[in-house]
This record gives sequence, structure tokens and C-alpha cells, in this order.
Amino acid sequence: MAVLNMEGLLREYLPILIFLALAIGISGAMFVASMVLANQRPDSEKLSAYECGFEAFDDARGRFDVRFYLVAILFIIFDLEVAFLFPWAISLGDIGVFGFWSMVMFLGILTIGFVYEWRKGALEWE
Amino acid sequence: MIIQGLAFYLFAFVAVAAGVMVISSRNPVHSVLFLILAFFNAAGLFVLMGAEFLAMILVIVYVGAVAVLFLFVVMMLDINYVEMREGVLQYLPIGALIGIVLLAELAVIGGSWVVLPLSEAASAMPTPPIDQVTNTNALGRLVYTHYIYLFQAAGLILLVAMIGAIVLTLRDREGVRRQRISDQVDRKVADTIEIVKVVPGSGV
Repeated sequence: MAVLNMEGLLREYLPILIFLALAIGISGAMFVASMVLANQRPDSEKLSAYECGFEAFDDARGRFDVRFYLVAILFIIFDLEVAFLFPWAISLGDIGVFGFWSMVMFLGILTIGFVYEWRKGALEWE
Repeated sequence: MIIQGLAFYLFAFVAVAAGVMVISSRNPVHSVLFLILAFFNAAGLFVLMGAEFLAMILVIVYVGAVAVLFLFVVMMLDINYVEMREGVLQYLPIGALIGIVLLAELAVIGGSWVVLPLSEAASAMPTPPIDQVTNTNALGRLVYTHYIYLFQAAGLILLVAMIGAIVLTLRDREGVRRQRISDQVDRKVADTIEIVKVVPGSGV
């Protein structure tokens, strides 16, 4: 019985699998076709890297400012907060008032952090 | 059923291959991209096991946020890659040891599952059948009420992470001009404009 239920669930994901196979097939065919069919006469100028017609000025991998990291970490934290909201939203009818206030308290704790970062100016750039 | 098996082997094989590429590719940015591929395949495996919510969260949190953070870290650290490669043989025994410990733990968990197919905790809180209650709903019924202390502790951990990140990385910059709206609104004509009577021919 359990196997039957799983089959029903997975059947809903079958279109995604088909799309995935099509995407891999088409992109692979493009790569292979351009490699096999196209005329290829490479020379050193054609193969050299350039940006907007210029020679590349320097390495693309410069060091980033640490503030990008701060923004990314704050994004992860709020992303996780939102991840907790999904099951709460669809099961709110079953868990009642207690579940509602449980989530409000959770959001309250994170709002303290949000107010802190706002007042510290962590969200401002310059 | 056969498609299911094929999909499992496809996802599992690509996940393992991507994992090998993560640790063996020369360019760290390529490593992060292979890590993203491994995350997607793990999400596919979760879907095959019926854990839809975990699969979606894996895509949203790990691919959407953690992989971006890894990319930032890779770009931020000024690593000399040739130097970094030199220590590989030196760290190999420790890495192998950690791998063996993890494998042993997995074996213990799998073994206990074989000995006791339904453990106490699982039978106390049975998972409802998947065609009646969705995965996400079943999770929501437990997390916010039955496991409220752990849930609030998760909130506190997130708060600590937020404050810790700010304390560690935020510093005041000198000479930065910020927009202060209250100052702009408070400005009066008398503060900024001065009317000077000029006698003709004498200059200001």
C-alpha cells in the first residue's frame, strides 16, 4: 500500500524528470553539434580572451569586500526563517492558537535581531 | 517502478561524481559549481524517498543561499592555489579517518534500523500516509506545538548567528557621507542662504 502511495507522489514529478531529460538532451546536442558540424580554424587571436574587444586587464578573481559576506549571511538567516513559515502556513488549521503564538514568538525573536541590524546600520551600504 | 530505479541510479551516480569533482577540481569556483550539482541531485534523491519538503528546502536554502555564501568566501580569500595543493598528502590520513568515522556512524544507524525496524520514537509519532497528509503538513503539525522548545531554540540560534555576523564583520567607516533625512527636513532657509546687500561698484 505504501508503495502505491509513493508511486502516486512520484508520478506528479514525472513531468519534471522528462523536462530534465529534454534539457540535458537539447543542450548536449547543441554542444556536440557545434563541435562536430561547425568549421573550426582556430588561431591565437581567436582563442585569446578579451573583454569588450580589449585584452583582459587582469585576473577576474579580485578580492571581495567582507560586507558582501555579511549581506549573504543575513540573507541565509532570513531564508531559514521563511523556510519555517511554509509548514506553519499550511498546517495552521491543525495546530490552532498555540501553534500560531509559537510562531509569533519565533518571529519576535528574529525581529529583535532585525531591529538590531537595522539600528547598527548593517543594511546600509555607504 | 523501473523509471524510479533508473532515476535513483542517475541521481546517486551524478551526486557521487559531483562530490568527487568538488574535492579534485583545480579551480575552487568549479568546486562550488559541482557542489551545487551535488545539492540538486541530493534533492532529487529526497523526492524519490517522498521527502518533498526537504528536497525543496535543500534547493532554496543550500543552492540559493549557502552556495552563494561559499562563492563569496572563495572570492574573498586570497588563496595561493599551488600552495594549497601541497598539503593534500599531509592531510589525507586525517581526512580518511573522519570519513571512516562517518561511515561507521552510518553503518550503526543502518544496523539499528535492521535490528529494530520501528524504533520507539518513530512508533510514538507515526508518519501519516503520504496520500492523505502531505509531507510539509505532517511536519508543521509537530514542529510548532510538540517540539516548541526546539523550535524556539532554533530561533535563538538564528538570532545569535545574526548578531555574531554583524559583530564580526561590521565596522564603521571613516569619511562616509550618509543621507540623514531628519537633517534635510530640519534645514531652514536662514541656515543656508545669506542675503547680502551689495553697494553698486564696491564688490562683495
